[in-house]
Amino acid sequence: MNPELINILSSIIANATPLVIAGIGETISERSGVTNLSLDGSLQLSAMVGFAAALATGNILLGCFVGMLVGALIALIVVAGNIELRQDQVALGFVLTLLCADIAQFLGQDLSGERAITMPRVNVPLLADIPIIGPIFFQHTAIVYVSYALIFGVWWWMFHTRGGLALRASGDRPETAFARGTRVNRLRYFYTILGGALVGLGGAAFSLAIKPGWSNPPAMRGEGWIALAIVIFGGWHPFRVVLGAYLFAVLRALASAIQRSPDIDFPLVLLNLLPWLLMIGTLVLVSSGVVDRLLRLLPERAQKWTRNFLRSDPPTALGTRFDP
Amino acid sequence: MKQHPALRVLYVIIPVLVSLAVTSALVIAVGESPFEVFEKLWEGAFRNTESVAGVVNFWIPLALACMGLIITFTAGLWNIGMEGQIMMGALFASWAARTIQLPPELLVPIELIIAALGGAFWGFVVGVLKTRFGVHEIFGGVGLNALVSVYAIYLISGPWRQPEGGNAQSTEPFPANALLNPMSDVFPVSLIALLITVAAILVVIWILRGTRWGLNLKATGKNPRSALLLGVPTTRSTLSAFMACGLLAGLAGAYRVLFTYDSLRPNVSGGIGFLALLVVLLVGIRPLWAPIIAFVFAAILAGSTRLRVSLQLDSSLAGVLQGTLVLVVLLFNGLRQRLTEARPASAAPAAHTSSTVSAPTSGSEGAAS
Amino acid sequence: MDIQLTNINKHFGSVHANRDISMTLKSGQIVGILGENGAGKSTLMKILSGYQPADSGHIAIDGTPLKFGSPLKALEAGIGMLQQDPLDVASFTVLEDFIYGQPPARRTSGKAATALLRAQAERFGFHLPPDAPVASLSIGQRQQLEIVRLLALGVKALILDEPTTGISAEQKDILFGALRELATRDGMIVLLVSHKLEDVIALCDEVIVLRGGRLVGDRQMPATTHELVTLMFGQQLTTHERPKVALGEPDLKLDNVTLRTRRMHVDHFTLHPRRGEVIGFAGLDGSGQELILRACAGLEHPLSGTVSVRGKPMNGGRYRDFLAEGIVFCAAGRVEEGLIAGMTLTEHIALIGQGATIDWQASQARADAQIKHYNVRGTPQSEIQQLSGGNQQRFLMALLPDQPTVLVLEQPTRGLDVDSARYIWEQLLLRREQGASILFTSPDLDEVVQYSDRIVVCFAGRTTEIADASQVTIDELGRLIGGAF
Repeated sequence: MNPELINILSSIIANATPLVIAGIGETISERSGVTNLSLDGSLQLSAMVGFAAALATGNILLGCFVGMLVGALIALIVVAGNIELRQDQVALGFVLTLLCADIAQFLGQDLSGERAITMPRVNVPLLADIPIIGPIFFQHTAIVYVSYALIFGVWWWMFHTRGGLALRASGDRPETAFARGTRVNRLRYFYTILGGALVGLGGAAFSLAIKPGWSNPPAMRGEGWIALAIVIFGGWHPFRVVLGAYLFAVLRALASAIQRSPDIDFPLVLLNLLPWLLMIGTLVLVSSGVVDRLLRLLPERAQKWTRNFLRSDPPTALGTRFDP
Repeated sequence: MKQHPALRVLYVIIPVLVSLAVTSALVIAVGESPFEVFEKLWEGAFRNTESVAGVVNFWIPLALACMGLIITFTAGLWNIGMEGQIMMGALFASWAARTIQLPPELLVPIELIIAALGGAFWGFVVGVLKTRFGVHEIFGGVGLNALVSVYAIYLISGPWRQPEGGNAQSTEPFPANALLNPMSDVFPVSLIALLITVAAILVVIWILRGTRWGLNLKATGKNPRSALLLGVPTTRSTLSAFMACGLLAGLAGAYRVLFTYDSLRPNVSGGIGFLALLVVLLVGIRPLWAPIIAFVFAAILAGSTRLRVSLQLDSSLAGVLQGTLVLVVLLFNGLRQRLTEARPASAAPAAHTSSTVSAPTSGSEGAAS
Repeated sequence: MDIQLTNINKHFGSVHANRDISMTLKSGQIVGILGENGAGKSTLMKILSGYQPADSGHIAIDGTPLKFGSPLKALEAGIGMLQQDPLDVASFTVLEDFIYGQPPARRTSGKAATALLRAQAERFGFHLPPDAPVASLSIGQRQQLEIVRLLALGVKALILDEPTTGISAEQKDILFGALRELATRDGMIVLLVSHKLEDVIALCDEVIVLRGGRLVGDRQMPATTHELVTLMFGQQLTTHERPKVALGEPDLKLDNVTLRTRRMHVDHFTLHPRRGEVIGFAGLDGSGQELILRACAGLEHPLSGTVSVRGKPMNGGRYRDFLAEGIVFCAAGRVEEGLIAGMTLTEHIALIGQGATIDWQASQARADAQIKHYNVRGTPQSEIQQLSGGNQQRFLMALLPDQPTVLVLEQPTRGLDVDSARYIWEQLLLRREQGASILFTSPDLDEVVQYSDRIVVCFAGRTTEIADASQVTIDELGRLIGGAF
């Protein structure tokens, strides 16, 4: 296989990592019934604070931890404001998006241009030596492996444990969850804060591994909105959310690859439209029932499988408050 | 529910104090004195007529955007696509300014109309995505914002690129006859735009208070199912709200390219659409307050440009101050409701009636459904 | 075990839903709890199963007093309830839903749970494929899943709230077989909440009848339909004198209309309400009458057949088009569908007015006039949710057009006291005299018989027409409502 292609694929995996982590975080929060719309701001603020902490202490792990703390704190405001103070999740999330982005930019003003510190690259023993697969998947910084673990861990938790059942039930039908002994609001606190912490980790992944350092205005501006979109694209299923994140990364890599090749004459900037067109197109397909109509054309057997894979109903109680 | 007047004053003062305290803490964190910062903010906004004109120049597009958003909020819609609608207005105005050759007294009105149509078109797309395809306006809006912003960058770096050696961050300046004129050197504000803004404020207030359309919007926003049964064309209300909002956004965009700047730039809206959302979250749907709060926010924004000049501080502090204020007000409103509700609930077991009353107010929840 | 309820009371606002209810339930018995809508059956069962607290009263099991705080506590005490709309999670698979129903402490492995699920399902002949999504199950199957889940928890008393609504005859047989076996073999207490006489007669050993929140009768089975109906609805129906109105031609016509929703089918329904005619729809909740009424106003679109107004086909038309033809729909849930919380009475009046601008003075004057005319307790500035139910309904009357062609009303007197209800009917009949036809549903058979010229009885989507309402007997109605044709 062409080594350049392997390089590109490997960088796609790396570049998608913050989106993967943040997307997974938002997925569990929304699965429990809480929309944390603050992603774009949380990512920026946690990236900035995480970077600053790592810079000050020289400890990258601490940077990641502080980033998670920031994300968790922001999520706490959303979920507590919604449950205790009955404010709209969307309104709170939106204000926090703007506010956190501005705080990040303000407090980070002296950080731009600071020397970046980066997570070291760690090759996974054995796996890294497999041809093609090794260089693409297993020669990365540690945070990439964390994202792998998260993907499978969250999927396993969500679909193979009782805790996962409780999580899904409180987002889908809190009345049932309550009747079966789940403390819905407490659980929403937990998963929203956990989800927020993951978003924070995603932010730290940006500034400490993927695009090390900090610039004003930050390079990851807009990523949070993409993360929110891929959660919908992914139908609130961790695997498909991750697929969405990689797909976005592929589209971007494609755009920059074409940009570098001199013989293709195409308005390059326009390639950046692709992810967004994809997002809107997916939403249209998902929301308008077109998928359902198309599915009905398939033979019965294929229908069941495809329907399961393409199922994209949001958690039924998403965004609503639950009073036991 | 009766409230002590002193309490009401307290409810206003506390959020302001809290947000000032938070902002001060951040200023101290970067090693500056909050007093100096607030002084510079004030100076930046109000030191002379020119700086006041700067405030007004932020206020005009902001107030236009706010009035647009009040229309969509009344109809129960989260028009986060505002930013894109402003950009679209700016794009359309730029196109007109670059291609149409007419004397200014004809060209300028044409540019404004075209810009308004551009914004309305982008609002219409959000509306169609919502009403026809069931795409929530938040995600439709975010997507459309990004699309128009990418397209603007394409235009600036592609077909509308400056000739060799020119600035890559903007198009060529538009011809002078395509621009809005300042009314005087000491107070450089476009009189036409100012008049249009004031007219827009009055018209929106009138629409919401005195027209069937406005009442239909309100009914649709509060309870679409009931509104339908009372004969309100709810789909049409939703679409028209988006379009009207887009129309005003388009005008705001035109103002940014035809007066604030003299050319199209990548981030020409400067976050004014989002800021307007903050303002409207703060005032609710009381249209009279929106222009006033918009003026305060515009002053903070204009004042913050001074921070960079004299203190080398990032002007994003303005956003911090505004954002904290809105956040604290939201949380504080919740706290207040809880406190006022707790009392009657403990006195009489009539909890059921109060829960049915409060149910519809959470109607705007359910973000991504 | 036996369960003893003593002096249970429950209020919702001004409604006294349960008044001093006492009863004793014994092992191995199937007890029917009978009563019309709003009689307080569901409330009582929710109290017993821990979903709602009682305002006062005691529950004791085998003499030990209980204090339920939650459904989970009730389950621990051995009382499980199957809700009318089964409380499951649509996005789960059958197995997931089953496992999630087991107590957190008991770590149920997938395999053990599958075996348990299969064993229970087989015992009763339930069809519950473990990997099927709950969303793909029929209501009957979802009930079966709930029953299996509750049994696996070891409940000793099973409450079923209207379990036969929306399930097939075959599923009903399976269900009843299972319930009999549980009572006789396992010695369980089975409580069947129903307003279907047929079910109660077929299944129960004892019947307890509630009316207006009170326990009004307690009878060992067998009993005749007639006896039960008398207990349920109070005294025998009295025949009422209705003012005669000359009937005109029909404006609205439903011909061969077929309606489908997930739960309900109505096939080939034809109805031509004539001017001045009142047609009452009787039937249990969810028997198809709601669907038919909505189809009359364009709120539900027929799969086939035609809906026409004065010869003009209206299929696929929107409600606004129907409204323009004078066809008005009033929903049962007034504040959810019909009135707009957060808007004042004046604003409501203005909303139904004409013209591009609003004359607030005129609207307020009109609101004032309507408030007086309809005897609404409220001011033009009151927001609608501040009004009581009766006043909301009166105000809804005030919002109706003066000359409607057809009035389509879902439970027009729901939750109203006798005086308010009489007043609403006076207003409605006034419009009928002016030539409007009236279509309405009511859970109150008296109301249906009293005001209708013609009655349509719905059962599971099937309809039977009674051409002359004045000749109907309560037995006949009860039989039809219960599904015996």
